[in-house]
Amino acid sequence: MSEAALTQAGPQEGMDGLVDDWSSDKQTYHVPWGKAMMWIFLVSDTFIFTCFLTAYLHVRLTTTEPWPVQGAIFALSLFGSDPIPLILIALMTFILITSSGTMALAVNMGYRKDKEKAFWLICATAFFGLCFVGMQMFEWSKLILDEGIRPWENPFGAAQFGSIFFMITGFHGLHVSGGVIYLMWVALRVRRGHYDDKGYEIIEIVGLYWHFVDLVWVFIFAFFYLL
Amino acid sequence: MSSEAGQQHPLGIYYKIWILLFVLSGFSYAVDFYEVQGAMRWTLVLLFMTLKAGFITAIFMHVVWERMALVATILGPPIVLLLFISFMAIEGNYTENARFSYMGHDRDAVALTPEDLHGGGHGGEEHGEEAEH
Repeated sequence: MSEAALTQAGPQEGMDGLVDDWSSDKQTYHVPWGKAMMWIFLVSDTFIFTCFLTAYLHVRLTTTEPWPVQGAIFALSLFGSDPIPLILIALMTFILITSSGTMALAVNMGYRKDKEKAFWLICATAFFGLCFVGMQMFEWSKLILDEGIRPWENPFGAAQFGSIFFMITGFHGLHVSGGVIYLMWVALRVRRGHYDDKGYEIIEIVGLYWHFVDLVWVFIFAFFYLL
Repeated sequence: MSSEAGQQHPLGIYYKIWILLFVLSGFSYAVDFYEVQGAMRWTLVLLFMTLKAGFITAIFMHVVWERMALVATILGPPIVLLLFISFMAIEGNYTENARFSYMGHDRDAVALTPEDLHGGGHGGEEHGEEAEH
């Protein structure tokens, strides 16, 4: 009797819950399948970005040529001022955090079934994503055309600087671009009422992806630009 | 608490974390702007980075409210990656020292800056000091 009572009592929390969830013949993750799959994709994506950043760590350690001074290379003059170090990168960071905030609110509005607000908040997120990609294009063209930085050489120091920079920021920018398309697609379907019956977990799923892109940028900002 | 009902939480916590992320990013940028160097720079940058990453994962991605089976799946593999990263760091240090000590690479080489190359056209003479780091 007590065993039957246990199984009907609903899922347990904490360590007992972990054992319980992984026990045989049961569903492990008590979340919508799309969300579980998104998390597993994000874990695999973590591996890719970790490999890139570890490659960067190793290359930077082993290169005996001096590493270019990021503060000087990523400096930008605004309205004819002296170059301000990392100002564009700081703006990009703030824009991405802004988009993360609007995304978090969109998820919340989705669960409140407030379609109109959710739609506009997702659109705002996609817009900030586009701004980010635009600024990155500006940054790339400045480095390629004005500073002569190439994946195989640059005039400042270690040649590996270019290959690491274009690989990591390029792959991240690709994630942002893909995220913008994904966001717009979800936004349109929200507006058309596609999820009225299914439920609005999809906004949380696209939100997970978007927050992950922001999360990766936190690490790139720290390791590539600041350290 | 239950994930089946969806992750619904008061709006206030999102606003608070949002502001916190802005403040932490501002601090990170300030570290560069005021040219904090050496061990202090590493400590501060890594501290702010970890806090930001933690808050995004915990609150915005709702990990604190998830069940432990999912949390273990999300956080377990990346923790193992830390081991991999430390191995590569040890090996990288060894390679660099070998190149300095036995292959005659220059320990005191200094990187150039855009101002060195473009003739300092921006009118600042105090910027030369950045090349030391």
